[in-house]
Amino acid sequence: MQFMGYRRPDGLVGIRNHVLILPTCACGSEVCRVVAQQVNGAVHIINNSGCAEVKVNEDMTQTILTGFAANPNIYGTVVIGLGCENVPHDKLLDNIRKKTNKPVVSFGIQEIGGTVKTIDMAVRAARQMVSEASQLKREPCDMSELILGLECGGSDATSGFTANPALGWVSDRLIEMGASTIMAETIELIGAEHVLARRGATKEIHDQIIMICKNFEEHLAGVGQDCRHGQPTPGNKAGGLSTIEEKSLGCIYKGGHYPIVEVVPEGVRPTKKGSIIMDTPGYDIACNTAMIAGGCQVIAFTTGRGTPTGHAVAPILKITGNKQTFEKMKDNLEVDVSAVTEGKMSIEEAGQVIMDELLAIMNGKLTLAEVYGFSDTAIDRMCRFI
Amino acid sequence: MKANAIMVDAKDNVATVVEPISKGADIHYFVKGELVDLKASEDIPANHKIALAGIKTGEHVIKYGETIGAATRDIPVGAWVSHENIVSLPRDYDSELK
Repeated sequence: MQFMGYRRPDGLVGIRNHVLILPTCACGSEVCRVVAQQVNGAVHIINNSGCAEVKVNEDMTQTILTGFAANPNIYGTVVIGLGCENVPHDKLLDNIRKKTNKPVVSFGIQEIGGTVKTIDMAVRAARQMVSEASQLKREPCDMSELILGLECGGSDATSGFTANPALGWVSDRLIEMGASTIMAETIELIGAEHVLARRGATKEIHDQIIMICKNFEEHLAGVGQDCRHGQPTPGNKAGGLSTIEEKSLGCIYKGGHYPIVEVVPEGVRPTKKGSIIMDTPGYDIACNTAMIAGGCQVIAFTTGRGTPTGHAVAPILKITGNKQTFEKMKDNLEVDVSAVTEGKMSIEEAGQVIMDELLAIMNGKLTLAEVYGFSDTAIDRMCRFI
Repeated sequence: MKANAIMVDAKDNVATVVEPISKGADIHYFVKGELVDLKASEDIPANHKIALAGIKTGEHVIKYGETIGAATRDIPVGAWVSHENIVSLPRDYDSELK
């Protein structure tokens, strides 16, 4: 099976053709917003980090920001920095160039002399890039070029036996076509890690799956915290999920059945094809952020309670198995598979409905969150700001 | 008669109701292809769990054929099982690595 994508000079294939206006730090975010608002075809993200960071946080910020720029949905990037942050604009530009040969330019607000002049220069640069990007045409691309992110958020008990197994069916079919799928949310593997680890293609991968859970719990314990305080969330509990084990056992269905071929760190692009695990927090927005930085062109997101979330760099397709939620939240959700819960639809049929919508979105149909212009980013923190 | 609860695995001691259930009402769920009835001993919200057997304090609660926690008090058959009466258990990662 093929889809219509944009081929990039670094060999990757995108399903969108955006120019990214990328802030190095919080202090550049507002300027990026203004620039993106002036240039049709440009998108921006909000970055609440990038400054007063210890080394591990700085490394995470760089992984995510360079990953966004390298994401194949991006034609080129305009970096805007302040000038006194951990990694200033010209250094971030160098870091992006280590990952991709796509167009990138950068500006510093202090160096140029204020936001008005910076906006002027950045708008002109973004306008030029959008003009170049607009001349690209979609072309037929093999499904093996796809990395699909698998995410769940605002889960309830229906997620575990309707939307997640249906998404797992989609994941299996895509892997058979040579694509890759990434499942993340390490915290939401806890309690199911022994089941998931059996899918490890090797003993080493089996043990890596156990270790990311063990390490995450130990990291939190190091500062006297337990993930069970916030997991399940109050919304999960109201939706019938009582413990992290119950939530996790339902979560892992969205990954399908194929052997797991690689476990990658947060925000890092996989090197193998097939079923991938990424080590991230359970927080859905941080997961989406990390999987998009890791190269996912699109995310399929199951939800029991409903969510409006989207991302400027990659479309997020939302699926629910809860009929009441779909009725209430249909302005924000694409696919309703609640007929599975009622016994009126099989998992395979539900999977086919998701697959059809996914293909339409890959070929250019906008998600609801894209139509509204929604974009949520959360860059994970290992440590406090300093 | 139509099923209104889901038992995911034959080892489970809870089922998930797919509609709100009133105290005294019957739930219907499939066990190995056969529809089984059980009376709810209290009101249970949609998508929440019902005990298919009595679960004593400290006993494991089983869903998907796996442990999802332990009872913090005795849960009678037909009762609502939720975060109010079950608790997550610590993991034993080291033995999983062997």
